[in-house]
Amino acid sequence: MSDDIILSVEHLMMHFGGIKALSDVNLKVKRNSIFALIGPNGAGKTTVFNCLTGFYRATAGNIHLNAKGGEVNVLRLLGGPFEGPDFVSPSRFASRVYYKMFGGTHLVNRAGMARTFQNIRLFKEMSVVENLLVAQHMWVNRNLLAGIFNTKGYRKAEGSALDTAFYWLEVVDLVDSANRLAGELSYGQQRRLEIARAMCTRPQIICLDEPAAGLNPQETEALSGMIRHLRDHHDMTVVLIEHDMGMVMSISDDIVVLDHGNVIAAGKPEAIRNDPKVIAAYLGADEEEVA
Amino acid sequence: MATSTPIDFKKVAIDVVVAALMALIVFGPIVGVVLDGYSFNLQPSRVAWMVLAVMVGRGVLSVFLQTPRGAAMLHGLESGGAGVHVRQPDYKSRLRWIIPLLIVVALVFPVFASKYLLVVVIGGLIYVLLGLGLNIVVGLAGLLDLGYVAFYAIGAYGLALGYQYLGLGFWSAIPLAAIAAALAGCILGFPVLRMHGDYLAIVTLGFGEIIRLVLNNWLDFTGGPNGVPVPSPTFLGLEFGRRAKDGGVPIHEFFGFEYNANAKFIFLYAVLFLIVLLVLYVKHRLTRMPVGRAWEALREDEIACRAMGLNHVLVKLSAFTLGASTAGIAGVFFASYQGFVNPTSFTFFESALILAIVVLGGMGSTVGVVIAAFVLSTAPELLRSFADYRVLLFGMLMVLMMIWRPRGLIRVSRTGVALRKGVAP
Amino acid sequence: MMDGIFLQQMINGLTLGSVYGLIAIGYTMVYGIIGMINFAHGDVYMVSCYLAAIGLAVLSYFGLESFPFLILGTLIFTIVVTAVYGLVIERVAYKPLRNSTRLAPLISAIGISLILQNYVQIAQGSRQQGVPTLLEGGWRFDFAKGFVQISFTKLFIIIAAFVGMAVLTYIIKYTKLGRMCRATQQDRKMASILGINTDRVISYVFIIGAAMAALAGVLVTMNYGTFDFYAGFIIGIKAFTAAVLGGIGSLPGAMLGGLILGVAESQFSGLVNSDYKDVFSFGLLVLILIFRPQGLLGRPLVTKV
Repeated sequence: MSDDIILSVEHLMMHFGGIKALSDVNLKVKRNSIFALIGPNGAGKTTVFNCLTGFYRATAGNIHLNAKGGEVNVLRLLGGPFEGPDFVSPSRFASRVYYKMFGGTHLVNRAGMARTFQNIRLFKEMSVVENLLVAQHMWVNRNLLAGIFNTKGYRKAEGSALDTAFYWLEVVDLVDSANRLAGELSYGQQRRLEIARAMCTRPQIICLDEPAAGLNPQETEALSGMIRHLRDHHDMTVVLIEHDMGMVMSISDDIVVLDHGNVIAAGKPEAIRNDPKVIAAYLGADEEEVA
Repeated sequence: MATSTPIDFKKVAIDVVVAALMALIVFGPIVGVVLDGYSFNLQPSRVAWMVLAVMVGRGVLSVFLQTPRGAAMLHGLESGGAGVHVRQPDYKSRLRWIIPLLIVVALVFPVFASKYLLVVVIGGLIYVLLGLGLNIVVGLAGLLDLGYVAFYAIGAYGLALGYQYLGLGFWSAIPLAAIAAALAGCILGFPVLRMHGDYLAIVTLGFGEIIRLVLNNWLDFTGGPNGVPVPSPTFLGLEFGRRAKDGGVPIHEFFGFEYNANAKFIFLYAVLFLIVLLVLYVKHRLTRMPVGRAWEALREDEIACRAMGLNHVLVKLSAFTLGASTAGIAGVFFASYQGFVNPTSFTFFESALILAIVVLGGMGSTVGVVIAAFVLSTAPELLRSFADYRVLLFGMLMVLMMIWRPRGLIRVSRTGVALRKGVAP
Repeated sequence: MMDGIFLQQMINGLTLGSVYGLIAIGYTMVYGIIGMINFAHGDVYMVSCYLAAIGLAVLSYFGLESFPFLILGTLIFTIVVTAVYGLVIERVAYKPLRNSTRLAPLISAIGISLILQNYVQIAQGSRQQGVPTLLEGGWRFDFAKGFVQISFTKLFIIIAAFVGMAVLTYIIKYTKLGRMCRATQQDRKMASILGINTDRVISYVFIIGAAMAALAGVLVTMNYGTFDFYAGFIIGIKAFTAAVLGGIGSLPGAMLGGLILGVAESQFSGLVNSDYKDVFSFGLLVLILIFRPQGLLGRPLVTKV
């Protein structure tokens, strides 16, 4: 895998019982780009996201993430079932057992991939700042004794975590709401807070699941600016699912179109806009939306 | 209070009649027909009183809910208003005056207390410890542990059996009991905490009962229902008895003061009080530490936590183990002050009592748990005649608290932070 | 290895297992529909044991002697009253908590469990209660390595349990009520949009669960004769184990899980040690949760993100 591809997905397949949600999805995401995943409702976009971020263990295929100076196989982190070779090589067996015991979704995040959710999932009864501090769990001083005795090193780590939290609050324009409960914020603010929270985990790639859903045009405009800001000033790669075609076409560097669990088109916004297969998939609804 | 709409008495009447009918069916057979061998005795008057009570209660409730205030309350219950708020960054609690005062009271208390009062207060403090431990598990991390008493038993039997087989004393038992209980918590919690949260409740429920069964049935090792004697605690090798037993020196001879029969209890009280203070402080810190925040975040939304890189199993396990080790320490004190342990002290009712403490006192604060622990553990001492109804009252307390104030389990006020501006370039 | 003890424990196990299965239905249906462990269910069963004994005592007092009428009368009485218990408990303790936190209904259920235990203890006294043997006799099979006894009571229990399960399966599969239950289980919000009164369906589920527990209560009272106010606790945990073993949310699973658990437990207490049979069942619960949390017939759990 060349170094400018941060995420590569090969032959991804996901079955739920008898239902084939994804049949064969292939995609490559370039480092430091904005990548959009679009498609009609039920095409399997969120399923792809859930596979990428480790919430579902894909039935078959490969997901390679090349971030934070290392390459990881997402499926391995999730501790899949034992396979033949595991019983031959003791080290493979040990790593399988290790990931079965301690592996899981959280390792995907630690490998450098953060995400937001289609239906916002904030810690509603915690304050806005606390939401951002929880996200920095891996970056603060978690030593119990240091925390109980409130040592200098601990205070320093907490202080810098607060700095990071307020930095991102400033980016998403929520500083004045820092001491409010996350659940009290307006819808648009909650969306922005979720992005800030994901960024606090210090990822290199962030997956946004319908970030513009329910936002008004001004808010969408501001969001587009923020996403570009992430790419241009924070070296981020952004993967997004979005139904707002205006926004997708204006900010994306690459687009992949999904329908019925298959990739039906991939390319630059211009090419996608004129692809007959994509227009067919959207069944005429494209005229207004893609325009 | 002026009512905007008149009360619909027809509806009230229907409610009352339905409730009476239900009460008659429910209470009639069980309360009215008392089994006596293969025969029975009729007790119709009891049924009549209960049905009457239900009718009056339902009638009052029905009328109340039709008043504007009642309707507002019903609405509040249904929408589940959070009532959580964030404190101002410069907020100062009144507790900073009350706590030193309480410490002073606690320090002079043993000088004046009788033995009976000492014993009651030690019992109360043990429940404070248990309540605080379970509050970490249930209140902060949102894990329902119904076999909490098992860890308490591990602590108590740890001291008793440790003395019998290994010659352990009070002081070495405290850390060892904490470690043993934590280990048990780990072994039980690790596989189960990976599952859906509710399974933990039933597994711990079973675990509590299993520990009791093993203690009861393993006659050779635990003495079964007869229990095990527990040694008196010592302080720097000094004993609290009138005469030395294990070749040590009694403390009154060593220091040359008059023998005091309360000495053992004063000593236990002092050590227990220090430990409770320590645990209170640790808990106060924990809620402001990364791990405490992670527990609460997990309680709010596990899926989001996993997406933030938190290992939900280990974070939950840390809460579960910490709670278990607190119970282990409480068990050591319980065993020392009883001088004897047997399995009847570790039934499910004990777990339920501790849960009731957390539910009643949870109110978001540690203070609530401390007060609830004292109230619930000493109330039976004060109201002996209510002893039979104790469990019934706990049960009602749990149901009513859940309906009236389910958020009692959540920290109601959260710490605010000073705003930092200009961090971003 | 077909010796007497093994076969005898097999029969005891099937008897016990069909009782577990009946109680497990209450757990599995409630869990399936509102995703909550109804801790009070074991105690509802305990109440039904008392009701069965009371029903038998009252009916025989009025001179009902013949077994079929006596048992039929007791069954109807117990099932109806226990079902009302299920309904009242649901209305008072669970329904107000439908939109509450995840822990609230669980704690409320524990509260109800305590209330029922203490209430029965106060009303009926703490001592063990019992009923006389109703159905005398049985078959005895002798063979080289021992003998097997099948009492008519046991036979009656197994048959009655299977009839009860068959009726329930019919209701769930073919009636309108059953369709509503299944729809609500699949997607409560959608079901209510389609005009199903989901609150009422949930009440029905509690009624059905309680009725099945009542059937179990009558049968157990007939077979073992004695019970006390604490009887629901351990059997509740075991029935829940059976529900998990079969796959929580699945009706045939509850029945299968009950039978397997009953047989396994009986064999364990016959062949190994009867003091630790409860420990064995509990160990089984933990093992199932580790290695096959979805149970035998359950669907794999997929977290909705």
